[in-house]
Amino acid sequence: MKIHIPTPLRVYSDKQDTVSVHATTVGEALNALTAKHPELKKHLYSEEGKLRSFVNVYLNDEDIRYLPEKDATRVGEKDALSIIPSIAGGY
Amino acid sequence: MLKLNEQIYDAIRRHGEETYPYECCGVLLGHSADFVNDVEEAVRAGNIRTDSAHNRYQIAPQELVKIQRLGRERGLDIVGFYHSHPDHPAQWSKTDLAEAHWIGCSYVITAVIDGVAQATNSFLLAGTGEEDKAFEHEVTQVAALEAERC
Repeated sequence: MKIHIPTPLRVYSDKQDTVSVHATTVGEALNALTAKHPELKKHLYSEEGKLRSFVNVYLNDEDIRYLPEKDATRVGEKDALSIIPSIAGGY
Repeated sequence: MLKLNEQIYDAIRRHGEETYPYECCGVLLGHSADFVNDVEEAVRAGNIRTDSAHNRYQIAPQELVKIQRLGRERGLDIVGFYHSHPDHPAQWSKTDLAEAHWIGCSYVITAVIDGVAQATNSFLLAGTGEEDKAFEHEVTQVAALEAERC
């Protein structure tokens, strides 16, 4: 499956905007991504190993945090994960 | 440096006037190289901070996913974002920095005073991560449409 990397994190993915991995679940896909590109890990996960609060991961158009099976959600070759840091602000 | 044409620049500023007294927000698609974010398209986004829209903005992640997909289909990357500060200077705030996570992208802020767009400034989110990120004022180069046709 494909994992789409946002512009600020491409410096840690050998400048690739999309990384292909073989996986059967969302969790496996993310593990495969950080195994291929270890530098990504600290930018995606806290020291406790949880996704950082401002990092959103979408399976196609669904936030993985709200999927019933979360990381264990099964994926196929045609699915895509998108990593999207949040955008917010104000004064 | 942020590069964009007059049409996009005006569209960003007009968006802030239209949503006044609330904050507008949007995404800048284009190309990035050698510390230059070259914008080819500005995409409007909804502000989901309806609880405090006069001084806060947030783009729904799902909308960002769709905009990123749109860019990919057109061969464009997300190179920046814009929002407005109603009745407030075009200067980044502590909230803007705390909630900025797209290192290397441009964050464009337009002050909208009494419904009229005033200064527009761009800030590059510099650094390597959350620990050392910082906003740096960057030059905004607005190309006139006439000049582009030559």
